[in-house]
Amino acid sequence: MMPQVILARWQFGITTVYHFLFVPLTIGLAFLLAVIESYYVATGNEEYRRAAQFWGRLFLINFALGVVTGILQEFQFGMNWASYSRFVGDIFGAPLAIEGLLSFFLESTFLGIWMFGWDRLPRGLHLFAIWMVAVGTTTSALWILTANSFMQEPVGFKLVHGRAEMNNFWALLGNPQLWVEFPHTVLGAFSTGAFFMIGVSAWWLLRRGRQPEFLHSIRIGLTVAALASILTVVVGHDQAQHLVTAQPMKLAAAEALWDSSPQHAPWAVVGWVTPATHTTEFALRIPDLLTILAYNRLSGSVTGMNVIQARYVHRYGPGNYMPPVRPVFYSFRVMILAGTLMVLLSWLGVYWVIKNRLLLHRRYLKVMVWAIGLPYLANIAGWLMTEIGRQPWIVFGLLLTDKGVSPTVGAGEIWTTLVGFTAVYAILAAADVYLLVKFIKAGLASEQLTGEARTA
Amino acid sequence: MALNVVWFVLIAVLFTGYFFLEGFDYGVGILLPFLGRNDQERRVMANAIGPVWDANEVWLIVAGGAMFAAFPQWYATLFSGFYLALFLLLVALIVRGVGIEFRSRDERPGWRQTWDWLFFFGSLVPAVVWGVAMTDLVQGLPIDGHMNYVGTFLDLFTPFSLVGGAVSGLLFTLHGALFLALKTGEPLAARAMGTARRLAPLAVLAVAVYILMGYMVVPVLHRLGPDPGSIPVLAALSLVAAWALTVQERPGWAFAANGVTIVLTTITLFLLLYPRVMVSSLNPAWSLTIYNAASNPYSLKVMSIVAITLVPVVLAYQAWTYWMFRKRVRLHDELHY
Repeated sequence: MMPQVILARWQFGITTVYHFLFVPLTIGLAFLLAVIESYYVATGNEEYRRAAQFWGRLFLINFALGVVTGILQEFQFGMNWASYSRFVGDIFGAPLAIEGLLSFFLESTFLGIWMFGWDRLPRGLHLFAIWMVAVGTTTSALWILTANSFMQEPVGFKLVHGRAEMNNFWALLGNPQLWVEFPHTVLGAFSTGAFFMIGVSAWWLLRRGRQPEFLHSIRIGLTVAALASILTVVVGHDQAQHLVTAQPMKLAAAEALWDSSPQHAPWAVVGWVTPATHTTEFALRIPDLLTILAYNRLSGSVTGMNVIQARYVHRYGPGNYMPPVRPVFYSFRVMILAGTLMVLLSWLGVYWVIKNRLLLHRRYLKVMVWAIGLPYLANIAGWLMTEIGRQPWIVFGLLLTDKGVSPTVGAGEIWTTLVGFTAVYAILAAADVYLLVKFIKAGLASEQLTGEARTA
Repeated sequence: MALNVVWFVLIAVLFTGYFFLEGFDYGVGILLPFLGRNDQERRVMANAIGPVWDANEVWLIVAGGAMFAAFPQWYATLFSGFYLALFLLLVALIVRGVGIEFRSRDERPGWRQTWDWLFFFGSLVPAVVWGVAMTDLVQGLPIDGHMNYVGTFLDLFTPFSLVGGAVSGLLFTLHGALFLALKTGEPLAARAMGTARRLAPLAVLAVAVYILMGYMVVPVLHRLGPDPGSIPVLAALSLVAAWALTVQERPGWAFAANGVTIVLTTITLFLLLYPRVMVSSLNPAWSLTIYNAASNPYSLKVMSIVAITLVPVVLAYQAWTYWMFRKRVRLHDELHY
């Protein structure tokens, strides 16, 4: 593989993973903020207002990084992937442009109004502003995933002079891949916001006991987390089943399945994958589970990579169509483990809220502080599986990744930007974490710290 | 056929909106370390653009997205060709956005000064880079028969394009000074007016040199001929008017006049391009045009329907924001940034 391809892929990976550290929290917190402020407007209870302002400060710190890394996200297709951009621009550019027009304008404009409007706007209008932010952030996921879904499962196009041209916009929007990928991602984002809210509230409840603002927050957080995390699993299951027909190679790689499985396929919970010998050692297997995951029934063989490889050589010509197996296998398991823990922890919390015993379980609250990291693990692992599992394709079945790079951009140039952006990211991440921790520790009193203080 | 023109116009509109709106944001950022004599004044300056700067930047994002959707070849050639310049621009936009959001969230003077300088550079770089880039587009770049940019990073900088960078840098800084004169209280507003008074003649001078060079150095500007038409002439005249109005201490009218200059200059540059979107200096036949760089008619139709539906809505709520935050930001106000 040309060094440009490897470097451009590293840059894409780093940029996208980094961007996606901030995006799910933005989406999740925007929705939760809107819910909390709705309580405030409905009840007039100042506790909800103070809670909304506390979460709002954390939201803004996180939002800034999500926005600025998003600019690069949009422009790097042209910078590093010019051939790809020429190939799919007719299709891929459309959802990106709509995302800007519909979602980015909405979220940025109304966030400005919300941020500066606490004392200037009537309550109802202020509430409307945060709901518009929530709509903007959530729909932005819809459009960018419309674009991504095309890369996973190209629909609504025809090939003309070696370029993919859109011929059915509704097919693009109705892409079956989109309607498993979008709910899975957005529900995961809601879980991310909810676990953040739960963890931070738990930290304060452990420190100060019953503070009504954090009690409200943890209850709302747990409710959203419980619903969103279980639904993420349900939709994730649909998504895996969709892979069986749409991207069988990705599924086989996720299972390190070189040869097709027997009619009763077990699922390896963990194991040591050795690609050279096509074996998985020290595997802990649950009988029949892979068959059930793939088909929702007790009998059925899952096709292995060797079979699919032969089929693809026949269809697309000579080449290696297997993705790197190890990262796909392990990231899939990390995601499932984190997701399962999230379901268990959030439902346990809901149970204790119903029993009115939440504050008695101090060890649970301590665990929930650390559990803030779980959705981040799941989010990153999920995307690694999705994107690495699609390799060697950049657009599945249509364009190979190494055919997508910019022909005129040299390795030296990509090195420059790779090192440059990564260094900037590292510094900004440090500043971001510093500020988040600072404002979390300052708690409800943090409006006296900076920002909204009246400085007369 | 006609939709290609519609999209060219729409992208021109998006860039014009971006330059007009983010223009004063960049100007405020460039003036921040100099005009604000203490931290409180610098906070007032940041808050003057506080509710709107982010939405203003989205004009660029949407312009980029629209380019990708309507003219993917233009998007691919431009962004891979301007690779390192774009890298500088993106780093600038990144530290700028974080800078304004983070600066006031810690009291330590070192923290605030650091973010203020990052905000300054993050505003200065795009303000200059866009003038260079727009000039490059008009004067032509080494583009081969496969629509690939085959020049180097240094090829982007010619005497003409550097003057272009000075023009955009000065126009935006003047725009920002006049904006502050309108949107802040005393003593900042008066000081901003003084700065505008010193900047205006420099901007007039830079534009004069730019026009001269355009005729002398760059053959493409001969397209305009001895009678360039009303738009470029009005662009130049309104800048002179902005200078005169600045001297007469009328910041509102001066801001409007300078804004007209920014708008009409952008339109002039896009008219010079039309129907090309990137000019090849190697062979005129290798230029990218609104036809050979475009998406297929179906994509353009879909996107036209989307744009015609959404753009008026966006304009309406953005205008409403400006109306809502029309009051001046004063030293004793509640400040967010």
